[in-house]
Amino acid sequence: MFKGILKEQTIQVGIGFVFIVVLLGTFILPEWMSNNFMYGLSRGLAVLGLMILWRTNLVSFGHALYYGFGAYAVAMAQKYLGVTDVFLRVIIAIAAAGLLGFVLGFILRRYREIFFAMLSLAFSMVLYGLLAKAEFLGSTDGMSISPSTMFGFELGRFGLFYFIGFVVILSLIFAHAYLRSSLGHLTTAIMDNEIRVEYLGYSVEKAIHIKYVISACLAGGAGGLMAAALGQVDPDSMVLWSVSGELVFVTIMAGLGNILAPFVGAIFFEFIRTYAYEFAPQAWQMIIGGTLLAIIFFLPGGLWSLFQKINPFKKEKK
Amino acid sequence: MATTEILKTTNLQKSFSGIIAAEDINISVKEGEIIGIIGANGAGKTVFVNMITGYLKPTSGSIEFNGKNITGIKPREATHIGVCRSFQVSQVFMSMTVKQNLMIAMSLSKKSGSALLDPIDDDILSKQCDKILKQYNIMKQKDLVVSTLSQGMRKLLDIAMAVVGNPKILLLDEPTSGVSVEEKFGIMDIVISALKESGTTVLFVEHDMEIVERYVDRVMAFYQGQIICDAPPKQALKDKKVIQYVLG
Ligand SMILES: Nc1ncnc2c1ncn2[C@@H]1O[C@H](COP(=O)(O)OP(=O)(O)OP(=O)(O)O)[C@@H](O)[C@H]1O
Ligand SMILES: [Mg+2]
Repeated sequence: MFKGILKEQTIQVGIGFVFIVVLLGTFILPEWMSNNFMYGLSRGLAVLGLMILWRTNLVSFGHALYYGFGAYAVAMAQKYLGVTDVFLRVIIAIAAAGLLGFVLGFILRRYREIFFAMLSLAFSMVLYGLLAKAEFLGSTDGMSISPSTMFGFELGRFGLFYFIGFVVILSLIFAHAYLRSSLGHLTTAIMDNEIRVEYLGYSVEKAIHIKYVISACLAGGAGGLMAAALGQVDPDSMVLWSVSGELVFVTIMAGLGNILAPFVGAIFFEFIRTYAYEFAPQAWQMIIGGTLLAIIFFLPGGLWSLFQKINPFKKEKK
Repeated sequence: MATTEILKTTNLQKSFSGIIAAEDINISVKEGEIIGIIGANGAGKTVFVNMITGYLKPTSGSIEFNGKNITGIKPREATHIGVCRSFQVSQVFMSMTVKQNLMIAMSLSKKSGSALLDPIDDDILSKQCDKILKQYNIMKQKDLVVSTLSQGMRKLLDIAMAVVGNPKILLLDEPTSGVSVEEKFGIMDIVISALKESGTTVLFVEHDMEIVERYVDRVMAFYQGQIICDAPPKQALKDKKVIQYVLG
């Protein structure tokens, strides 16, 4: 599955990109700026998950379900098992979201288009309702997350940043390996012609289910990392429909052209949000909306298409 | 020629809310046979193909393949047991190139389980793919996006994608419709010779009687959902009912 993958240009560029972001964030930039990089890198994972679904024309308006579920899995593991190890945290977040995605996938894989989108939204609202009511998880106030550790030592902000970079690189490798595989190529094939895929002997629903679980895992991982980075989980910033909306927003803004696009888009989004909020606390949503409109009109392929235009080594689509 | 029966239908019937599209279809096909299915528009040819390949569930009756009941199976199950098809309106991946189409088809038929997670463009598969592209005379177009191709090219690709699944029996729904007169025989020469070589049983729907006469061992003529004649081409094309309801 991973044969020769480190030789692929997409991965090499991706690793370089993550290195630069992490170095900028840890050594050069002031903290508020570096936070934008750290959050953008983490949430980019969820956007990547959304993008993988999107390539099959499946748009989830409720992906905060997995993002929040991953984050709350970290919170619960801390509360009941005392887990603060950062490796365990991420593994728990990914596994929890993946499991939930596996179960719900049996239902969602039967739906397409607006039904898929709305059903996803409905599930995320159920989770929101449950969490807002759950006293033992702090209901609407949420819970605080203690600093992450690694092998028993406290990790610190820089350490966490490196770790996030590491997880992102692993995810890039995995996502690329999946998309270049036979199964991954079904991604676009299904969007193009489901009947043909069935007559080639492969179950469309199964292919979508696999993709859905991968997507859930990525979103869950993002939630787990964000819980650790923010030191806090709560339903409004993790599971509310507006969080799902933001993820969809960033996916459109970033473009589907390349697996790096979600990270570029997510970092960009953190920046415009911070700036917009600072300059126009009353009208920051308007600025964000305006940005999206500008991108849709002038860069229909998303931010990534801008990179492609100026890219010295013209990229293949992957 | 082998004489084992590969396909058999018993009292096969299909109706759509009152319209009877297939009635009392009883056929028996021997391994290696090449059969032409003829009939006017709306006679029920496509419905027949759709029932055999699992696209439509018969209302009643049964289908046996190699002695096993396969009535109402799913399309992908049909593919797995070697019952494959092409389509009247080509079902290919329009947004992809010719080679990508064929690569997907080949990798799904040759790989399974975790091998599906390997990169699609491995050298061996790619070479095999080129061989088939050459065989079907679509090598020059291999990097063109399918939506830019002519009908005839799409038909060929559609058939090639069905054939790489190593079918035991192949049903082709109007392989030459939309294909120019000059291309028709070329396409059928390519397809039929490839299939004869592998001993594949073929049923193909065809409107062009020259093609039928030239390639088939036997003709099944459909009229209003029923088979009105089942005979070798010489005999069938002279049959009174066939002349009246199919050719007339
Ligand atoms: N899904 C369906 N729902 C309702 N009626 C159908 C359906 N599919 C086919 N029919 C009807 O069944 C009859 C047979 O159709 P079929 O498509 O098999 O014809 P055909 O012989 O393939 O004709 P053609 O040469 O035009 O392809 C027609 O009257 C058609 O209207
Ligand atoms: Mg037809």
